Amino acid sequence: MPGDDLVEEASRQLTICNACRYCEGYCPVFPAIEVRREFGKGDVFFLSNLCHDCRACYYACMYSPPHEFAVNLPQIMSEARLESYKAWSWPSSLAGSFRDIRKSIILAGLAIGLTIALALTLVEPAKLFAVHHGPGGFYTVVPFLVMLLPALGLTLYGGAVWMVGGVRFWKDTEGDLPYPMDFRVLAQTAGDILKLKWLRGGGRGCYYPKAHAAQARRLYHSLVYYGFLSATVSTSLAAIYQDILHKLPPYSLTSAPVLFGSIGGVAIIVGVAGLLVLKVTSDPVPANSPSLGLDYVFLIILGLTALSGMFTLFFRESSAMGIILTLHLGLVAALFITVPYGKLVHALYRSLAILRHHLEQSQPRRNAKGH
Amino acid sequence: MGAHSMSQRFSLKFVANAAAQFDVIVVGGGNAALCAALAARKLTPSVLLLERAPEHMRGGNTRHTRNIRCASAGNGYSAQEYSVEEFLEDLIGVTGGPANLDLAKFAIQQSRDLPHWMSEQGILWQPALAGTLHLERTNRWFLGGGKALVNAYYDALSRVGIAVRYGADVADLLIEDGEFRAVVLLNGDTEEVIPGRAVVVAAGGFEANIEWLKRYWGDAADNFLVRGTPFNDGTMLATLIAKDARQIGDPKAFHAIAVDGRAPKFDGGIVTRLDSIPFGVVVNRFGRRFYDEGEDIWPKRYAIWGRLIAEQPGQIAYSIVDGRTIRSFLPPVYKPYQATSIKDLAALLGLDAATLVDTIQSFNRATAGNSESIPARLDGVKTHGLSPPKSNWALPIDRAPFYGFPLRPGITFTYMGVEVDSNARVIQRTGRPFSNVYAAGEIMSGNILTKGYLAGFGLTIGSVFGRLAGKEAASHAGR
Repeated sequence: MPGDDLVEEASRQLTICNACRYCEGYCPVFPAIEVRREFGKGDVFFLSNLCHDCRACYYACMYSPPHEFAVNLPQIMSEARLESYKAWSWPSSLAGSFRDIRKSIILAGLAIGLTIALALTLVEPAKLFAVHHGPGGFYTVVPFLVMLLPALGLTLYGGAVWMVGGVRFWKDTEGDLPYPMDFRVLAQTAGDILKLKWLRGGGRGCYYPKAHAAQARRLYHSLVYYGFLSATVSTSLAAIYQDILHKLPPYSLTSAPVLFGSIGGVAIIVGVAGLLVLKVTSDPVPANSPSLGLDYVFLIILGLTALSGMFTLFFRESSAMGIILTLHLGLVAALFITVPYGKLVHALYRSLAILRHHLEQSQPRRNAKGH
Repeated sequence: MGAHSMSQRFSLKFVANAAAQFDVIVVGGGNAALCAALAARKLTPSVLLLERAPEHMRGGNTRHTRNIRCASAGNGYSAQEYSVEEFLEDLIGVTGGPANLDLAKFAIQQSRDLPHWMSEQGILWQPALAGTLHLERTNRWFLGGGKALVNAYYDALSRVGIAVRYGADVADLLIEDGEFRAVVLLNGDTEEVIPGRAVVVAAGGFEANIEWLKRYWGDAADNFLVRGTPFNDGTMLATLIAKDARQIGDPKAFHAIAVDGRAPKFDGGIVTRLDSIPFGVVVNRFGRRFYDEGEDIWPKRYAIWGRLIAEQPGQIAYSIVDGRTIRSFLPPVYKPYQATSIKDLAALLGLDAATLVDTIQSFNRATAGNSESIPARLDGVKTHGLSPPKSNWALPIDRAPFYGFPLRPGITFTYMGVEVDSNARVIQRTGRPFSNVYAAGEIMSGNILTKGYLAGFGLTIGSVFGRLAGKEAASHAGR
């Protein structure tokens, strides 16, 4: 659906929600609808990123299809979310990958391919397939700087695209509200984000895969989320070991980087598998297929990254280590691409939407009309 | 139809099918039916619920509800007390006295236990919706509204193993000598007979049956919109009456509000209502006002406007507001017709321009000098020397742009039903109850409600009498 039609259709459905308000108790989207009378692009984009796709409202809605009002908020919010990712990304040529799964796959493929090509060009085959022991073993295969520089470059680049996106989010959705930053609002926002609070749906969890509320989605997402954080802690600790303590990898199985990395890896693998199963078996009506495509690409890359990381650990004393490590690094590179051009942007925009929501709700109500 | 010969015909099949007999058959699929099935299941595993609608439309008018009125001692589900006595006073206040005071008292007394029982069935609650604070003390709000409630009840049925059939078109009840024997289902061209030891009829009123409404309203009924399910066509009500059940309630009476004239014929629910009426004037198809738009606060008056419009020519009216008040009421679903002059607005609405201009000018002269209004209370800002008057919130309509909404009567439910005794058994014309025919919900709410309505009371009646009927039917079947 092109942008203007999308905003118009979302606005039509949101106007029905605003006249009904039965779903007020489910999530922050509905109180945010109620302080508005019209729904322009900025409102639709904001609400769509505030929506956590729990689907409680869809199953509670007496106007869901085949009713002629055809209210399907999870579907239209998913579609609007995707459109907002594209609108806020940069540059526009790469932002197209949000709407076109082929572009996402090509980008990921390029990242993996380039990494492997780089490794094959720079590393002597004898080293690649040799068995390595002792400190610095990984770097014998792929030199440290070859690992660090592209990662650093991609991180900085991804960070820059996120900055642009964040500024655009704020510009598009700010409205005419004053924005005092107060501690309470920031604490609420941080709490919601850390707890993945709104994956609780109306209280009993998200309605996945079908019409029954369960905590499965929140559990799996938490595993991926905290697994990701754990893996990040592992990487940071490894950097400290190496650059401050001057201890080169690989580290022992009981060392902090390996423990955090392993816990994170296993959590990600289980979480990703769970989320994939939920998505595959979920009700297609409240879903939006291009969004699903983006989800699948991200989940599969993330899952394979974690899997290849675990394999690198298992096989680090064998001759397969070189090629597994190369593949793992390729997948990490593909993951970095999804930071600015894949599903991972939801972490940025949903966080900003929650912040914006708490700021908005802390203001005196502009429209207190109720029924 | 020749009911007697039909009974003869079916009684043969009934014998042949005796193996498939249920202890309790519940006809209907809304709140009262669901409560009846769950209550019956406490006493017998042999319960069948027959829902006329397909699964996605299940739940009757309960789909469109959002709260239930319950007396409360001021603990547990409500922090404030709402006594049985006050509840009864409220009921008498709006209805002028229930048809059967004992049944009304029973419903109100039993309502105290409902929140706890509903929670046990898996119903979730939420605070009163924003802007409905006048109901905070008297009504409990279920999370997500009526369809979520219906879903939770069907889940509860499935947990305790109650058989449910959707799209079950019950065409007849086999009753012999005042005793129910079986239900007759239509499956396309064929009939299916399901025998039962007792039946609970909880199949709603007849508000979705336009032809039936025409008996009392003539062709005007063609212009009525039905706010709820299209499946409430009164088949079961007509069947019971044909089997000599005693009728109760004014057949012409219905609860109706003003809805947007562009709303769907059926099932528009809550969102098609318009709250603009007290903020401007309402004119009929001739461009003339016909009733005091500011008579009382809106929550007390919104429910008279359906009938008022039903009595206007063409069953249509137009709510006119201006730029000053357009943002004063809940945002409507349909965009208003909008023009920079009253003359242009008349053209958009298809009204005679000269008359509408005259109506608005007269209104504005009668409100000259009124500049401030307080929507939250009776502010006494009224017209002077105008008939009909506008008693409150009478501000001139003089700030362009001007807005118009077409209004139609939107029927919520009908009052006529069948009479029941204190065990929810349906009473025959002879005055004796059927031995094993029970009724619950809208089909018997006329025993309590004669006119007017108390928000959330329909579900109270349905829940209390549903549970009673289910329990009594099951214990009868076990005898």
